Amino acid sequence: MATLNPAADAETRAPSRRWTPERREALFGFFFISPWIIGFLVFTLGPMITSLVFGFYRTDLLQVWEVVGFKWFQAVFTDVLVRKAMFNTAYYAFIMVPLSTTLALLIAVLLNQNIKGQSFWRTVYYLPSVVAGAAVAILFKWLYQPDIGLLNSILNPILFRISDILSLETPLVAPRWVFSQDWAMPSVIIMALWGAGGAMLIFLAGLRGIPTALYEAAKIDGAGPIRQFFSITIPLLTPTILFNVVLNIIASWQVFTQVLIMTQGGPNNATLTMVLHLYNTGFSQFRFGYASAQAWALFLAILVFVLFAIRTSSSWVQYER
Amino acid sequence: MAENTAAIPESVSLPLQRSRHINVGVILWRVLLYVVVLWGAVIFAIPFYWMIRTAVMPPYQVNLFPPEWIPDSINFVNFRSPFVGPFPFARWFGNSAIVSVLSSVGVVLSASFVGFGFARLRFPFRNLLFIVVLSTMMLPEHIKLIPTYLLFVKLGWINTVLPLIVPNWFAPPFHVFLMRQFFMTIPQEMDDAAKIDGCGWLGIYGRIHIPLSLPVMGVSAIYQFTFTWNDFLHPLVYLQQVDKYTVALGLRLFEGYMRSNIQDMMASALIAVMPTIIIFFIAQRYFIQGIVMTGVKG
Repeated sequence: MATLNPAADAETRAPSRRWTPERREALFGFFFISPWIIGFLVFTLGPMITSLVFGFYRTDLLQVWEVVGFKWFQAVFTDVLVRKAMFNTAYYAFIMVPLSTTLALLIAVLLNQNIKGQSFWRTVYYLPSVVAGAAVAILFKWLYQPDIGLLNSILNPILFRISDILSLETPLVAPRWVFSQDWAMPSVIIMALWGAGGAMLIFLAGLRGIPTALYEAAKIDGAGPIRQFFSITIPLLTPTILFNVVLNIIASWQVFTQVLIMTQGGPNNATLTMVLHLYNTGFSQFRFGYASAQAWALFLAILVFVLFAIRTSSSWVQYER
Repeated sequence: MAENTAAIPESVSLPLQRSRHINVGVILWRVLLYVVVLWGAVIFAIPFYWMIRTAVMPPYQVNLFPPEWIPDSINFVNFRSPFVGPFPFARWFGNSAIVSVLSSVGVVLSASFVGFGFARLRFPFRNLLFIVVLSTMMLPEHIKLIPTYLLFVKLGWINTVLPLIVPNWFAPPFHVFLMRQFFMTIPQEMDDAAKIDGCGWLGIYGRIHIPLSLPVMGVSAIYQFTFTWNDFLHPLVYLQQVDKYTVALGLRLFEGYMRSNIQDMMASALIAVMPTIIIFFIAQRYFIQGIVMTGVKG
């Protein structure tokens, strides 16, 4: 038997050497992921490289294809409008990311307390993020209308009363929201906060993953709800926080639809964001080369902030085990 | 009497007092909690309420100042306005439906296929390729915009629904991630049992993993449907003829046309967001369970 076996093995193995189970599995593996590989090459890697190449051309994508070297990449740093757009986008992102993450976390923690009708509340808070987009921007434009809009029709009487009580000489007046250079961006941010429900849902999922035994142990040790929140909830939720922060950074730096519909970048370019600006440069002015260079500049900016968040995360994210 | 109360040992009265003290605190805490949750919910609901209130209001009441909260009567005449205007609203609606449904189907089929590959099969560079999937998940959309636009121009796909659908049939990374995470939770023993029964890889995928992953497929489909329905940037770039528009894109044309009729505008916006809301309510439990289940964790 012992002498027969190797021979038999060799006999059966030899013809099927090319189709060992491992090879078969690898082949099927590539077969299964092939849709992604094709999509990645055609719709992601290809376009990314191409847009970098476009950055070296003056082109309308039709007749004009003129190599201009690093001209556009230098212009990105000197062009006043690009700098303005970069600043506006950073302003939006730096306010939006911490504010919406905190708000989402706060709502999730409140809803996670053992309250009645949890699914009802969850729906109320989540629903706005289902309808994000053009319809919401149009709705808010109407709410923000400075003279007859809902928001100011509530705010103005209150401010009038306050001025009256304080006997101010010039009564306080509510801002003109999207029509005001200073308030246009905050208006966009407030509207975007309305959609915090998406992140809230992810936080709720994260909160469910925290073992209740930890809270019971903390209670026995005499920790109050606030102590429990900072010593158990927050540390165990840090992976989820990182996840939401990264998603939020990427989304915030690409804000587009809201500003296009509400302000078209105005007033006086106060809400001109990078994606809006590169859209205008490309699809309105047909300067696709310059638009591509701007797209890359924006991409690098996003990359820097995302990597920063991930790199520094090792010091504040606590993974289980 | 006096002696009696004094005789009650401290060890009995103390815990009683303490528990009463805690109860007051707990009740206060709960009241505060409900007040905060309720007020937050009211603030979150007001914009919605205002959209509905304006949409059903009789025209004469809409422009009153200060604005009135309750409509005198509820009428649905405003909901006819987008259909009778100069724009093909019903057509836009149809376009949105086609694009959203076909994108969702494509995403579910392709991403689950690819996700299975990443979760269950061993092949060279698997981990490296999955890291590529994760990093493209974070890739901003705008960087691909101009070259893909040129690609679709060359293919003659501008003013068709194809640029909005076809890329979704090639396994978008977010959904691959979602599927793969889910498939990882299915016990390996099930695969092994199927293998012994003579199932190939396709059989394992089709007979075990697909039936078990229906909830997560639902999550994927709803995400994609909502995203595509609300998407503005891509239709804006790829669709230039008005009759090819999707609802999200078309709504913007109403703005100029309905400027003085805000009730018509709100009615149109309400109709435009209805499908996503209806789908959310139908699939809500499924959806939220799915998110909790897949546990989006780092």
